[in-house]
Amino acid sequence: MDFMQIISIILPLTLASAAPIIAASLGGLFSERSGVVNVGLEGLMMIGAFTAATTTVLVEASMGAMSPWIGILTGIMAGGLLSIIHAYVSINLRADQVISGTAINLLAGGMTIYLAQIIFKQQRTVAFLYGIKKQDIPVLSQIPVLGKLFFGKVHLTSYLIILTVFIVWYVVYKTPFGLRLRAVGEHPGAADSMGINVYRMRYIGVILSGMLAGLGGSIMVLTQDIQYTYATIHGTGFIALAALIFGKWHPIGVLLAGLFFGFSQALGVVAYQIPLLNKLPQEFFWAFPYILTVIALVIFSGKAVGPKAAGQPYEKGER
Amino acid sequence: MFKKSIALLVVMMLLVGLMAGCAQKAPEQPQPTAPAEEEKTEMTVGFVTDIGGIDDRSFNQGTYEGIKKYADEKGWTEGQEYKYIQSNEEADYIPNLSAFGDETYNLVIAAGFLFENAMKEVAPQYPDTNFAIIDTVIDSPNVASVVFAEEQGSFLVGVAAAKATKTKKVGFVGGMDFPLIRKFHAGFVAGVHAVDKSIQVVDQYAGDFGNPGAGQQIASTMYAQGVDVIYHAAGGTGNGVINEAKNRVENGEAVWVIGVDKDQYEDGKMADGKSVVLTSMMKRVDVAAYSMMEAQEKGQFPGGTTTTLDLKVDGVGIPAENPNLAADVVTEINSFKDKIVGGEIVVPTTMEELTTFEASL
Repeated sequence: MDFMQIISIILPLTLASAAPIIAASLGGLFSERSGVVNVGLEGLMMIGAFTAATTTVLVEASMGAMSPWIGILTGIMAGGLLSIIHAYVSINLRADQVISGTAINLLAGGMTIYLAQIIFKQQRTVAFLYGIKKQDIPVLSQIPVLGKLFFGKVHLTSYLIILTVFIVWYVVYKTPFGLRLRAVGEHPGAADSMGINVYRMRYIGVILSGMLAGLGGSIMVLTQDIQYTYATIHGTGFIALAALIFGKWHPIGVLLAGLFFGFSQALGVVAYQIPLLNKLPQEFFWAFPYILTVIALVIFSGKAVGPKAAGQPYEKGER
Repeated sequence: MFKKSIALLVVMMLLVGLMAGCAQKAPEQPQPTAPAEEEKTEMTVGFVTDIGGIDDRSFNQGTYEGIKKYADEKGWTEGQEYKYIQSNEEADYIPNLSAFGDETYNLVIAAGFLFENAMKEVAPQYPDTNFAIIDTVIDSPNVASVVFAEEQGSFLVGVAAAKATKTKKVGFVGGMDFPLIRKFHAGFVAGVHAVDKSIQVVDQYAGDFGNPGAGQQIASTMYAQGVDVIYHAAGGTGNGVINEAKNRVENGEAVWVIGVDKDQYEDGKMADGKSVVLTSMMKRVDVAAYSMMEAQEKGQFPGGTTTTLDLKVDGVGIPAENPNLAADVVTEINSFKDKIVGGEIVVPTTMEELTTFEASL
């Protein structure tokens, strides 16, 4: 394998595994910026993945190649719906947000398998015929050299997610809505005194996080798997949470952290096929992404400070 | 007031303690009477599933089909002569196995190496019950272990791979790296090289049975290097391999996947109705369950020993229907099967044996 070939293999793999992480991580960003810690990303991804896979299977007879996109839409909605539970429990009932998020994870794991049992009479969804396929991105893939490398045979969804990163950045930092969202997460009392409805902002934050995590889960199952199983998400929600902290609660940081995690996973796999490197024991390559992460954390970690009020329930009128 | 509530609390605790004590003793009391009732029916069979449940289209379902087949032949009804309990998490294995032991079932069956530790712990506690474990080995006088000659089945799909490859490069993707999966690996390589020694076999272990993303990445790397047939022995990780193959075929490449454990043809189906699954290496867990029940009823239960189901008894092999295999390839596979059954070919089970095998070609 020459260098160019290695690059041409690693780039699409990086994008494919980074996209779900980034999507869910952006979800975590909305939630935590509004002051609600969301460790339920994993569970929200599961429900999104399950719903997307199920919808795709159910509509593909009539909708054909459109069905995975419909699947993604329903996956987003399912994530949003499930997150309302988290929002209600942690905003209205003022319960411990970490426990509520954990409950979401447990609930989603059981519920998806249970629903699969009811719908498909087995503990996983039926394999779908239409997933999200790799394709050449029109126009961009025509750019000499770089076009083929970056835009040839990739999932369109990967680039949609990267586009979403910039939309999120604009929304959070350049719009009045974003300012209010951040205010609510930093100092809800002050925001309230300025007439911002803290509960409403937090609800929006949590539901957006559910929708984005649902999007991440949908993309994950439709690009990487052939059906939804208990192993489809396998901890990606927690990696997304790590990417959120690593990216310092900033959309661009999240993008870079997600790409980094995706890259280290891909490199671990591909490195084993590189002639000289494959003399090393396989365990080294399995540990590789984690070693790389630890090193990166040591080098780049300064103070990772989250939104000040994240994790604290807001009670109107409390001092 | 405070003292009173303390006193009340102590009394309550004592009461609870007493009741708990009773509860623990309770199951022991009916035991002497239970076997008397059981003697009326000839045989009772219990089956404990793992989290997959009896319709997982894999091990549990296969085992249950074997049990059901035997039961139907005998005219048994579920809930009387045979019964299954589903485990909802790993922590359920021991209580579920014990439940059948407590009810003094004659034979308790479990499938999958996941049950290894639970069975080791439970079996010695119920010496009057026979236990059968499928796909792993436990050394205990009342446990019969049933394993498969995976290397023989893998050899046959290796032949199929060698016949299908155009690039003279095939791949093997393993789940975790331990002796069981090495059996698949060694048998596969032997099968490929028995047909054509010049075919290159690349391999990689994912380190995980439940990571489709890693499976996809490994498959993508292999296909990009010119591999055109991949055999996966990687469970859920293999889903990613199948996904990658579907992607490539739909983009006009000619690549294949070989499934494992069960017939995975349906899993590889694409929009045009064709499947990327060339064939599958099936472990016939139904044959295993059936044979154990038969042995139990005949009074020949092989407790404390290991039974290997091989090609001779059709314990492993390719599916009956292989739409992606040409008739002459099936004929060739069958002729290799005959040679293995006849003892003419001894399929290697480890990488060391593989080296010796290849030297003899």
